[in-house]
Amino acid sequence: MNPVNYLQILQFAAPETIVTLTVLVVLGADVTVLRGKSIAARFNVGALLSILGCASAACLAFHRHIEANLFNGLLVVSPSSDFIKVALLALTVFTILISTSGKFTDHVGEYLSLILLGTIGLMFLVSTEDLLMVFISLEFASLALYILTAFNKRNAKSAEAALKYFLFGGMSAAFLLFGFSLLYGISGSTNLREIAAGIAGKGLDPLLLVALVTTVIGFGFKVAAVPFHLWAPDAYEGAPTPSAAFIGSGSKVASFYVLAKIFTLGFAGAAGSAVWHGYLSGWTPVVAIVAALSMVLGNLTAIVQSSVKRLLAYSAIAHAGYMLLGVLSNTPTSASAMMFYVITYALTTVGTFGVVTVVEEATGGDAIKNFAGLSRRAPGLSLCLLIFLLSLGGIPPLAGFIGKFFLFSAAVSAGANLGLLWLVILAIAMSAVSFYYYLRVLKAAYVEDAVENAPAIKVPLLTFLALALLALLVVLFGCAPGLLTQFL
Amino acid sequence: MNHWLTILTLVPFLGGILVAGLGAERKNLVRGLALAASLVGLGGAICMWLHFNAASGDLQFKEKFDWVPSLGIQYFLGVDGLGLLMVLLTAIVTPLAILASWKVEDRPHVFHALVLWLQAGLFGTFTALNFFHWFLFWELGLIPAFFLIKLWGGPKRGPAATQFFIYTMVGSVTLLLSFLAIRLATGSFDFIELAAMAKSGVLVTKLQAAFGWKNIGLIIFFGAFLGFAVKVPLIPFHTWLPAAYSEAPSSVTMLLTGVMSKMGVYGFLRILLPIFPEQIREVLTPLLWLAVATIVLSACAAFAQKDIKRMLAYSSINHLGYCLLAMFAAASAATAVNAPDIQKAAALDGCLLQMFNHGLTASALFLFVALLERRSGGLRGLDDFGGLRQIIPVFTGLMGISIFSSLGLPGLNGFVGEFLIFKGVFPLAPWAAAISTIGLLVTAIFLLTLIQRVFCGPLNERWAKMPDLTTAERFLVLPSIALMFVLGIWPQFILGAVDATVVKLVQQLNF
Amino acid sequence: MLAWTIYITFFGVLVLMFLPRDNARAARIVALLTAIAACVVAFAGAIQQANPGEVTTIVKTPWIPGIGANYYLAADGISLVLVVLTGLAAVSGILFSWNIEKRTKEFFAFYLALIGGVYGVFLSFDVLLLFVFYELTIIPKYFLIARWGSTRKEYGAMKLALYSFVGSHLVLIGLIAAWVVAKGQLGHASLDLIELSKVAFPIAFQHWVFPLVFVGFAILAGMWPFHTWAPTGHVAAPTAGSMLLAGVVMKLGAYGCLRVAMVMFPEGVRMWQGEIACLAVAGIVYGAGVALVQRDFKFVIGYSSVSHMGFVLLGLATLNTVGFDGAVLQMFSHGIIAGLLFGVVGRMVYDRTHTRDFNDLETMQLGKLIPFAGVTFVIAGIASMGLPGFSGFVAEFQVLMGAWTVFPKLTILSGVGILVGVAYTLRAVQKGFYSDAPPKPADPDHPLEPISVPERFGAVMLIGASLVIGLFPGLLMNWIEPCFNSPLSMFARLLVKGGSQ
Repeated sequence: MNPVNYLQILQFAAPETIVTLTVLVVLGADVTVLRGKSIAARFNVGALLSILGCASAACLAFHRHIEANLFNGLLVVSPSSDFIKVALLALTVFTILISTSGKFTDHVGEYLSLILLGTIGLMFLVSTEDLLMVFISLEFASLALYILTAFNKRNAKSAEAALKYFLFGGMSAAFLLFGFSLLYGISGSTNLREIAAGIAGKGLDPLLLVALVTTVIGFGFKVAAVPFHLWAPDAYEGAPTPSAAFIGSGSKVASFYVLAKIFTLGFAGAAGSAVWHGYLSGWTPVVAIVAALSMVLGNLTAIVQSSVKRLLAYSAIAHAGYMLLGVLSNTPTSASAMMFYVITYALTTVGTFGVVTVVEEATGGDAIKNFAGLSRRAPGLSLCLLIFLLSLGGIPPLAGFIGKFFLFSAAVSAGANLGLLWLVILAIAMSAVSFYYYLRVLKAAYVEDAVENAPAIKVPLLTFLALALLALLVVLFGCAPGLLTQFL
Repeated sequence: MNHWLTILTLVPFLGGILVAGLGAERKNLVRGLALAASLVGLGGAICMWLHFNAASGDLQFKEKFDWVPSLGIQYFLGVDGLGLLMVLLTAIVTPLAILASWKVEDRPHVFHALVLWLQAGLFGTFTALNFFHWFLFWELGLIPAFFLIKLWGGPKRGPAATQFFIYTMVGSVTLLLSFLAIRLATGSFDFIELAAMAKSGVLVTKLQAAFGWKNIGLIIFFGAFLGFAVKVPLIPFHTWLPAAYSEAPSSVTMLLTGVMSKMGVYGFLRILLPIFPEQIREVLTPLLWLAVATIVLSACAAFAQKDIKRMLAYSSINHLGYCLLAMFAAASAATAVNAPDIQKAAALDGCLLQMFNHGLTASALFLFVALLERRSGGLRGLDDFGGLRQIIPVFTGLMGISIFSSLGLPGLNGFVGEFLIFKGVFPLAPWAAAISTIGLLVTAIFLLTLIQRVFCGPLNERWAKMPDLTTAERFLVLPSIALMFVLGIWPQFILGAVDATVVKLVQQLNF
Repeated sequence: MLAWTIYITFFGVLVLMFLPRDNARAARIVALLTAIAACVVAFAGAIQQANPGEVTTIVKTPWIPGIGANYYLAADGISLVLVVLTGLAAVSGILFSWNIEKRTKEFFAFYLALIGGVYGVFLSFDVLLLFVFYELTIIPKYFLIARWGSTRKEYGAMKLALYSFVGSHLVLIGLIAAWVVAKGQLGHASLDLIELSKVAFPIAFQHWVFPLVFVGFAILAGMWPFHTWAPTGHVAAPTAGSMLLAGVVMKLGAYGCLRVAMVMFPEGVRMWQGEIACLAVAGIVYGAGVALVQRDFKFVIGYSSVSHMGFVLLGLATLNTVGFDGAVLQMFSHGIIAGLLFGVVGRMVYDRTHTRDFNDLETMQLGKLIPFAGVTFVIAGIASMGLPGFSGFVAEFQVLMGAWTVFPKLTILSGVGILVGVAYTLRAVQKGFYSDAPPKPADPDHPLEPISVPERFGAVMLIGASLVIGLFPGLLMNWIEPCFNSPLSMFARLLVKGGSQ
């Protein structure tokens, strides 16, 4: 066996290393120097330190342009995975910014560290082509997410949500592992490319089919696709809002990246086809069914929600359906379209949850009626909300619309005979439905009048900065998507 | 001399705007200005009459200018004898109507403005020679009339005005559709061109080529026919008339019966007859029946009326029925007749004369009714009066003259027209003429009844103090009465001007 | 230069956002100045256009090269007509909304955002850009109605927004499909309208894509039977909202039908020509018939809008130059006239009497109390009836002429529609202003305020526009006709066969 060159590993995993160091610094600072200070101060300092660390890691990842492949795919560094890391780190920064005003916990240092640890897990997730590493990183990140969900010890819902999340997660991890072991058995390797070579030409034997299905189950759970979504509404609703933001953003970005990689790289050859009148067995039809179900169920159930966080959860399920469309299309343009969509979606989600955090603090709840009269009470905040929700609904000239356009045009171009047009029609139809429930929230904010003498809502500075920046990015990427797509 | 006709139409239009802008306070200024504008129109019409070349049947005072070339719309004006006659009639009746409504207190500025705009619309209709241009004025005339009835009329004015408007619009829409079809087939809106095409038989061929239906010519004809038939009106399209004429204030009725009804007849003469002679000939018998029915039935209906205005309204229908009889007869093939051209010319001469005379007479009659109403506080039933000639002899005498003119007494203007019509129609359509004489008879009966009930007999004590005509009123009615005598004795005054036009029209009909 | 209409309008939105909250006066003035500036630019740009028959590029820069999208603004004669209409409608709408007191600056911000989007649609020659501007208008519409409207405002606003959204998504499906097929044919991705107008899409493809895209746009144009948002929406909207909705926004739909659906899929149009004509005439007759029996004044006008838009669609269905000319002219004419009608009913009547029920209005003798409103409504009614002298007549005249050769029976039916139009207009005039019903004595404590100066300006402006075009239709026809006459125009494929003149 070759001697392991640890220095080399550190060098290639430099961003992750920096973030790890940041974790230690933040924890340390919180336990020592910041002892006895107010929660707000601890949050602010801790946030500052975390942001510094993340920013430097991001800069490093952005500016190095190296390709490397260590240990037969265990650690793969490339400009595209580096850019995803930059996106993940940016999302982490934003999440931390909106959590600074949180009053749900005293354990500030631990909270921030867990977010950072989750980020590390996700960063490793995107820089690997080996099944084993995928599993480890996934579990690593998930553990952090479970704890983050449970963080509000004063709220029973938080604990219930975390338990559900954990149990579901555990079960799906088991499925995933089962599938991975089958794949190893069939192909004799855990490296994605070697697996692809191994299963090529063998046709769709039953074992492969089982592996395929269990992988879909495992990842389906992670991205909250139907029918593996049952944890999502409770988790989004029960978790402290910044945690929910993190679950809905960074984790989605990384998961979709890896999901796409596994299916297009690993299962290449067993793709099959889900084109209308052109059904071929493979992973594509399975994923197509999952996507269709997610879009339909997610949008239709969201219509009847009265809690904004649950509404966002179901909308997340629906958006997962759209993103799966990008995976299905299985062309290079569709891959970049999907990543564009996921990243802009993640940015929008963090922003939306940021607004919900503020409203929750000020009005004591996250029901739609708590948003009534928001445009009078906090005009800047509602403007950000307007931008985020309209982007989610797919109104131009915001990022959500362009993302959908890219996704749908890629899906229709894939394959002969207008490819996956049936799925696109379904997506567009459901998108029209989604407009209704987003508009309901906006209606409360802009059209309805607030309760008598409701005071103006004071938005914490850091949160406001984060939201303004996010809104700006959403508009910018919507009007000039080239700014983002050049890196994808 | 170039833009006579445009100026003629513009004067009342601008005058109306000026009058409306003056506001409700300065009543006398408003009335004076309106009268002045209408007198300017009269002056202009008389000038044109004097400059008119009576020997030629062609169009004179022409103005032609491309308006929307791609649609074939031109601003094309011109008058021949027929047009000039109608212009003159309008110019005469309008000042009389304005004078008759001198005492209108409710928003006189709007009232007089509407009257002037109506006059502008009428001038435009009688002088236009391109369909679009003509239709514009045809429709524009409707609005002032509608409002005059609606806002100043009697108790049932709402429904009367609405019915009037809708009936006329229905006709207008069918007229429009027909002419659109014609334009599509032939590419022209110009009445002169279309008449030439009809004479040479090309029109129907083109229509058939464009639409592929064999009877398309007839269908288009009916569309246009409906538009005019409603206006004249012909039975059975007349049901709007009695209500509208009786509910409108009497001065407005003067305009309605004096001039607006002539729009319909003018339309027949200018448009329907020259452009659709074949079609008229095809359905000649039913048309003649319609004309006869109009004459006889309206006379009978008049006889049954108790309200003087309604009676006179039906009488109007009757008088115009003769015009239609003349026209339809003139369109007939008449192969078995000796010297058909002369007969046709006679009929058409009579028709034109009847138009002018009836305009004059009917407006005079309604003027008298207005004066009567003014004295009786609005009452105008046949049975409300009695023996009035004992107290208001001058009134009786002058109104009597008008009634006799309407009756057709020789020596007065009404006679000549009817005489010529019957002279011409008898050879061409003998049975129609024969039955129509019943109309003459019944007319005589109801008009004499009118005289008898209102003026003769025992005096109705209620009106013992009724004042006679004032000097101003005598001067008001004098022109009409004078013209009745003049035209009765010397009809050549009119005939001289229109004869050439009539001859040309007859030639148009010979094919 | 015409692009400045868009920029000026959006700049106005920005300025309004930064004004202090309660200064209604400043908000109104800023809004009016912005609208007037944009209107002047529109007129100037339109008059300067040397050759209205050609498409004159204003700006064309690459936007998203990956999918072939450019930021491509251009104008031909049709765009000019509609841009001028927008200018006039915008200014008059602001004049009629001078009395808004509640959250004035937000009202005008949404208003101007809507106008900016509309300008953008009429000037876009890139399909994606057109779509972006098109969708952009949905949100301001929603808020204008939901916040400042009247009867059932929230329901009306939501219905309108959802219908518009669904319609635009139908279009999106068709557009994406067409983009993919075009990419195959052209060899590169393109969303340029002119390039796409030369692509020969397969006939089977056009058979289902054309109705999808056409119906998607036609929903916004109020085509029967997808028109049900229109009456509810118009009634719910505040006066300026209704004026814009009926006056300009419905024209977006018709414009999209012509500029996108018909230009890209000429064989598709031919296949569905008869159905479109039938639906158009159904709209004409149904709209008129229902307007005749309404008790609410504004509903009458709302349904009359559906009826008038039927003429536009009928003109488009004729596939000959006269019909097209008439359709575009009717877009302009109805835009002006609808604005006038809603201005009178909404601002002059409703804002004063707080009722739109004819049973109440009949007793008020409005013809005597606010004579200016009465006269304006009469003139507007005359124009709406299609009487000669006003723009509506020339437009309907041409549509009927165009339709005669192709659909004679339907043309006659439209004539019936015109007659019913006369009837309901007369009824409205009668019941609203000049009724004979016994008057209720006016409340001495609340006399009707006289018609204000901004209202008079707005009314005179619109009447003048309709009158000028009615008497001199050549002014606009000189812009419209060359677009269809040139054999190189984007409409050439539509007019090639099956349309005689």
